[in-house]
Amino acid sequence: MSGPTPDLPRWADLYLLPAINLIMALIVSGIVIALIGENPFEALGVMINGAFFFGDSLGYTLYYTTNFIFTGLAVATAFNALLFNIGGEGQAYIGGLFAALAAFAIGPIFPWFIALPLVVAAAALGGAAWAFIPGLLQAKRDSHIVITTIMFNFLAASLMVSLLSGSLMQPGQQSPQTAPLPDAALMPSGTWLFGWLGIDADRTPLNLSFLVALGCLYLYWLLIWRTRLGYEIRAVGKNPDAAKYAGINVPRIIIITMLISGAFAGMMAVNEILGVHEKVILNFTAGYGFTGIAVALMGRNHPVGIFLASLLFGALFQGGLELDFEFQVITREMVLLIQGLIILFSGALAYMMQKPLARAIHAIMRKPSLEDTHG
Amino acid sequence: MAATKNTKRSGASAPFGLELRSVSKSFGPIQANQNIDLAVERGTIHGIVGENGAGKSTLMNILYGMHRADEGEMLIDGAVTQIKSSADAIALGIGMVHQHFMLVPRFTVVENVMLGSEGGVLLKEGRAHTLDTLQSLSDTYGMHVDPNALVGDLNVGNRQRVEILKALKHGADILILDEPTGVLTPQETEQLFEILRSLRADGKTVLMITHKLEEIMSVTDNVSIMRRGEMVGHRKTSATSTQELAELMVGRSVLLEVDRGTSSPGDTALSVENLTAVSSTGVTEIDGISFDVRAGEILGIAGVSGNGQTPLMEILGGMRAPTSGRVRMLGHQIDKDHLVGPEDLRDSGLGHIPEDRHHHGLILDFLAQENMIFGYHHDPQTGSGILINPKTIADHTQGLMDHFDIRPPNPELPARNFSGGNQQKIVIAREMHPNPKVLIVGQPTRGVDVGAIEFIHKQLIALRDQGCAIVLVSVELDEVMSLSDRIIVMNDGHIVGELANAEFDENRIGLMMAGIAEDAA
Repeated sequence: MSGPTPDLPRWADLYLLPAINLIMALIVSGIVIALIGENPFEALGVMINGAFFFGDSLGYTLYYTTNFIFTGLAVATAFNALLFNIGGEGQAYIGGLFAALAAFAIGPIFPWFIALPLVVAAAALGGAAWAFIPGLLQAKRDSHIVITTIMFNFLAASLMVSLLSGSLMQPGQQSPQTAPLPDAALMPSGTWLFGWLGIDADRTPLNLSFLVALGCLYLYWLLIWRTRLGYEIRAVGKNPDAAKYAGINVPRIIIITMLISGAFAGMMAVNEILGVHEKVILNFTAGYGFTGIAVALMGRNHPVGIFLASLLFGALFQGGLELDFEFQVITREMVLLIQGLIILFSGALAYMMQKPLARAIHAIMRKPSLEDTHG
Repeated sequence: MAATKNTKRSGASAPFGLELRSVSKSFGPIQANQNIDLAVERGTIHGIVGENGAGKSTLMNILYGMHRADEGEMLIDGAVTQIKSSADAIALGIGMVHQHFMLVPRFTVVENVMLGSEGGVLLKEGRAHTLDTLQSLSDTYGMHVDPNALVGDLNVGNRQRVEILKALKHGADILILDEPTGVLTPQETEQLFEILRSLRADGKTVLMITHKLEEIMSVTDNVSIMRRGEMVGHRKTSATSTQELAELMVGRSVLLEVDRGTSSPGDTALSVENLTAVSSTGVTEIDGISFDVRAGEILGIAGVSGNGQTPLMEILGGMRAPTSGRVRMLGHQIDKDHLVGPEDLRDSGLGHIPEDRHHHGLILDFLAQENMIFGYHHDPQTGSGILINPKTIADHTQGLMDHFDIRPPNPELPARNFSGGNQQKIVIAREMHPNPKVLIVGQPTRGVDVGAIEFIHKQLIALRDQGCAIVLVSVELDEVMSLSDRIIVMNDGHIVGELANAEFDENRIGLMMAGIAEDAA
């Protein structure tokens, strides 16, 4: 007996439910915009235009998307082992630190095709290192991962302020940032790639990290659904007691999962540091680590879902700026409110419509499937 | 919310105490109850039997207001009633004793019984009142429990009495008991039945759900039989037999006794010496036990659950290290400094069917094919290198599903969507298929329907005949007695007795299970 509420079919959970959540958020946003005296449909048009079609906006949208893919993957990976990694922000920050240190160390020595992969790996290593201690504390001491990863965000922020205004600060400068990174350690820009393909594109922050992010989506799918390690990660997440019975070393899996999760978060620094800023600046993580939680929730920890959710949030960030620019009464704060509403509906209230939707779907599909579920 | 009542009389003579007419209930596409008719006379003990998944629990939950019926009506003393919540049910004099007790272990008996009717801001008066009620109830029905004892310190039988007292204190006239004897010794069961008989003598109505046919025969007046969500028969207990009930339950004749054949034990395959296990909270769970199991032999371990069987299974399965003593099997020696993990033990030829398939044996959200390699997922046959090949494990699962008759034979269905019996068959197929040299089995047929029980028992005997040493832990005494070549009885972490097959006797084992050791001869 499956209990009073039937299960939601997988397709509905993956696509229909997030779509409904998004529409609800848009309706509430529309009401808010109407209340301040603007036309919500016009505003929506401006946002979509500003995110995808206007000038070089698509490049910006995909640049934001890249950040969200990495942080979304970080949250999703941990969530498969039922670990709630809130520390993407700090892990990305330390990923940037490691990337910069590696860049300064090996950038001047090696050609780009050796230096760049090593610096990218250093970013992942930095993120993993910052996730290792919370993972270890969870595995060995049962210290809750949510608490420790949040604390590690603060530690990372303080550490970076101290380093960027201290030993890592560019000599002779007054702003808290490092010297420019060596060229060999930088990510080729999207403009360069398009130029190489013979397309003339505007200069945007979009860079090759986007392709790396797409590759990571595939690796994530492979890891979780096709490898023995992913099988063990899912087993620990679904039923740690059973995992122990099967001979799975649960503490070990918790630590490994957190390392991978942190590595994905650290990769976000590749996009920001190696692709855009070309140096480490204060607060380059800008909250992308936290938005990754909403991305993973909305994307249902599925790579396609994470991509679509990342694209949505990328479009929101970019289109939101356009909204701020176009309308007098719609301020930056109003844009944040709309983003907040979408996070609220697709993150915090993600499962609000699950039961009614499941009942509705079963009411519609009841007759044909009466026989095959029994027994 | 108060229950609505109107006075529509049914029939001419005295109405039934409790009557259901054409009650149906479905969960999504699953029809749990279909056109159920049930009539229970006042002052009788009425049994409801059925296989697991026949819809008994759903029916009881409807009676107790936990679920609402889609269709049909319910009458109490001939009046149509609507029960929308358990509060309504209690107001109508229906009391429920759940399979898993709903008691607060850190409260005393009085505190538990008064829960929900404390009365006033201060507890003093309510407590005094409850003490009086408890006293009179225990005098009337012979249920003696120390009112000031902590429930956590009571044994299972006494906890159940507290549950019954609680229901009676709330004014229950109709008492529903869901699988009440599952955790009791035969002696405790008999005491429970005495209590039920005295309740009946006092005019109370008892509705007892069970899958144990002998209990139906020994205590009930009437019995209703359910199968696949439908009521398939009502009988006067005096006019039926266990055989007829079993046939009605499964819809065909079943062999209740297992054809054990003869065993031909070989060399010692598993040896346990002075094994002791102390829990993390300092409780001695196993206290210096020793036994051997030979190849081609089934050793049954009888005992009420919670007497050391679970830690023993965990140690034999490599999930936990002993505190002292050692286990020798499959070329390994396991002691407190040398824990051999489940994976190494499986590689050496151990099969382990855990007591609780939901918590240990399966991952319910995993597909059948993922569960079929659970614990064996590092085997090279499941894929290449670090990868698991879904096609390979699907084929592997399909083969085992055909061989072990697992239905529906769909490897891509989550384990959650299989019935209890088929879930258990997935575990059994997985653990038996590699032809283990030592198999430890816990509660192999718990919550499994009669047809599957027969199949599982045959498989165990077949494996024994191939020379596997089998340790069988079960709270079902019948099962232990019908499968085992030898039985040891555990109580409070000790072995209180050992019997060879020829000496099996339910009363002797029952006494041992209750902790009464026979004089060492």
